[in-house]
Amino acid sequence: MLSTYLSANWIGSFLYSIIRISTPLIFASLGACFTKKAGLMNMALESMMLVSALTGVLASAFSQNLIIGMLGAIAGALAVGGIICYCAFYLKTDLYLTSISMNLASVGGTVFALYLICGQKSNSAGILKSLSFPKIDIPILQDIPIIGTALSGHSILTYLAFLMVLVVYFVLNKTRIGLRITASGENPNAVESVGISVRKIRTISFLLSSILCGLAGAYMSMSYVNWFARDMISGRGFISMSATNISNASPFLTCLCAMLFGLSQATANAMQITNAPAELVSALPYVATIIFVFSFAIIQKQRAKSAKKKILVKIQKEQANDN
Amino acid sequence: MSKEILKMQNITKIYGNGFVANKDISFTVKEKEIHALVGENGAGKTTLMKILFGMEQPQSGHIYIDGKLVSFANSIEAIAAGIGMVHQHFMLSDSLTVAENVVLGMEPLNGLVVDKKAAEKLTQQISDKYNLKVNATSKVKDLSVGQKQKVEIIKALARDAKILVLDEPTAVLTPQETEELFQQIKVLRENGHSIIFISHKLDEVVSLCDWVTVLRRGEVVASVSIEGLSQQKISRLMVGRDVVTTINKEKPVLKNRVLQMENVTSVNDEGKKVLDNVSLSVYQGEVVGIAGIEGNGQSEIANVITGVCEYQFGKITVNGVDIKDKSIKEIRNIGVSHISEDRLIYGSAADLSIKENLIIDRVDKSEFKTGPFISDKKVNKFVDECIKYFEIACDDRNEPIRMLSGGNMQKVIVAREFTSNASLIVANQPTRGVDIGTCDMIRREMIRKTREENVAAILISADLNEVIEASDRLIVMYNGQIVAYFSDSSSINEQQLGEYMLGLKKMSDDQIREVY
Repeated sequence: MLSTYLSANWIGSFLYSIIRISTPLIFASLGACFTKKAGLMNMALESMMLVSALTGVLASAFSQNLIIGMLGAIAGALAVGGIICYCAFYLKTDLYLTSISMNLASVGGTVFALYLICGQKSNSAGILKSLSFPKIDIPILQDIPIIGTALSGHSILTYLAFLMVLVVYFVLNKTRIGLRITASGENPNAVESVGISVRKIRTISFLLSSILCGLAGAYMSMSYVNWFARDMISGRGFISMSATNISNASPFLTCLCAMLFGLSQATANAMQITNAPAELVSALPYVATIIFVFSFAIIQKQRAKSAKKKILVKIQKEQANDN
Repeated sequence: MSKEILKMQNITKIYGNGFVANKDISFTVKEKEIHALVGENGAGKTTLMKILFGMEQPQSGHIYIDGKLVSFANSIEAIAAGIGMVHQHFMLSDSLTVAENVVLGMEPLNGLVVDKKAAEKLTQQISDKYNLKVNATSKVKDLSVGQKQKVEIIKALARDAKILVLDEPTAVLTPQETEELFQQIKVLRENGHSIIFISHKLDEVVSLCDWVTVLRRGEVVASVSIEGLSQQKISRLMVGRDVVTTINKEKPVLKNRVLQMENVTSVNDEGKKVLDNVSLSVYQGEVVGIAGIEGNGQSEIANVITGVCEYQFGKITVNGVDIKDKSIKEIRNIGVSHISEDRLIYGSAADLSIKENLIIDRVDKSEFKTGPFISDKKVNKFVDECIKYFEIACDDRNEPIRMLSGGNMQKVIVAREFTSNASLIVANQPTRGVDIGTCDMIRREMIRKTREENVAAILISADLNEVIEASDRLIVMYNGQIVAYFSDSSSINEQQLGEYMLGLKKMSDDQIREVY
């Protein structure tokens, strides 16, 4: 039993699965970086991903063109983002309530659309001939043991996800829109006072977020699996949101956090072949999310506390010396 | 005679609730002029400037710039027409650099990337030209208040502002910083800019400005050359009657010690010493003033005494009772009342009524109850007495406090804190943003309570004139420490205080120890 887990082959494929599972989380959490920097939480990652997973499948099935499939996915997420921005920033509904209702609506709405088109309520497999993104074998690298198994042969979108870390960093830190997003997150009045519409900046941050969620959705239904299934995002949006919040919207840390969550999901998958109760195992990624969020908060608090204690002890010593 | 650069003619602005903020105001600024705009709170200065800056639209009236009729639908158009506004609350993003803040909205690009070098160059050029002494590459969060203000001025100049509006720019500055700012404003004037200077401080208006326009209740009551005008004359125009800014008070007769702070040190969550070995005593019958630049420990003194913040070392006793680890409520019951510096966050509950705000700390007292229930009759009687005694202008005791003007809101808070039978009143910025009439009333009432009711009071204020006039003894805070102690407040002037506030001078430990 144990020997299965320790073979080089197994380790390689376990690492491979971490990366595979982390990909949508990386996309979505990077997307949330934009809104977080603009001072808002994107609670609608979930619905953006779910809708784009469906529209991606539909677009690729009907066009038989992968690029159109990807654009379709992005368009789906943009539609969700657009509706939310219009309601929240222009009609002044509450952003978070709007996002939550969008999440609920998308769960039912995608099943409804699926049923209309496929006559099926659970998934599109076998009915829609949707496409999937090619897997890329990296020459030379693929021949190295463990590393080759882990890093080579992923979907092209996975490599794009890692590239996106750099792109998001670049956009947030070097470009005009990035500067404005950061400024409006810190002091909206400052942005307004120089004649830039904060509403516009917030909308842009949500739309940028949508694009990345569109890629996450496309990956889910055209790489991770090759069909659309109801409720297929199942909490990945919220997990991504935690990754962004824990890392305070720094793209590199966000990617790392997303992979940490990927690790817990991969562990859960690996444990399915053991005798551990299935319900417990499938709860693992969600429990891990809670544990991560808690531990990060506690670590931060402890660090502040011990730093303060150190200072207090120092002051006490000084005062003792004075007397 | 130089030409008119800005002319606002017959401006009338009525808000949705029927409040006439500006009534047929005509206002003219000439080229190379420093033009003071003065008036009490609610006189219409802010509204007029908002109209000029395109943030509000007037019901009637015209604006001419350089003789051309203009109208601004928003601030962008006003900025484009050469109007720059330095707001009272800084419009800066803390984690960005000075240069990034300056170019925000007009970022120079190098391909896709913001050209930070060009931004820094532009910022440094303006800073050097007008002798503003700001480093373009510093992060805004590392700057002092005075420097942040200069960043705001650079921001306006970078947008080619010809007319600069400075909204109470000296409210947060020390006398030395104010003097520096005035020099820079004069440099701006030499360079052909016109400045609209909004201030409550009439001595500044008289010493700096060329012309003054006085507003009262939304109307222009005077627009005259400063030459030959005295502060008293302007002040009379502003309020329509004489206001005595000096307070005649009897010498204090010190009785029992109420507050004793012994070597108190407080460290905040960031690990910074906000109070460093502070020792202080306050006696019945006196007002102890605390002066200092914001953020040097004055508020922390108020907060540790009232239980809002904790302290780690030293001892504080009120009426002989150690207050360590006591709750705010327990401390209030020992006899401390607190006028907090932020009347909207800590001082009051904005959506609650005047009545509820007045009794919020004493609803559980038997004097307001019949059996287990609150007695409306008893409460109303008390509330009406307060409204009458403190001259709170309101429609009804059930009016939400947020509907009141800043001055009246403060009166409600003062009424609550002054009637709580406290033996120690901690007043933190009690007159900030309050009109002259109310200021005067609050100061007088505080002094009366110390003289007639044996109360001890601490007065923390950024208004140096106020601390000097209203307190009996005075300390200066710098960097969490007491750096100066004056046993007679009337013996010093603002300049001397300024040197201690800036940390240029410090008294010996023995001299400071006398306040304990």
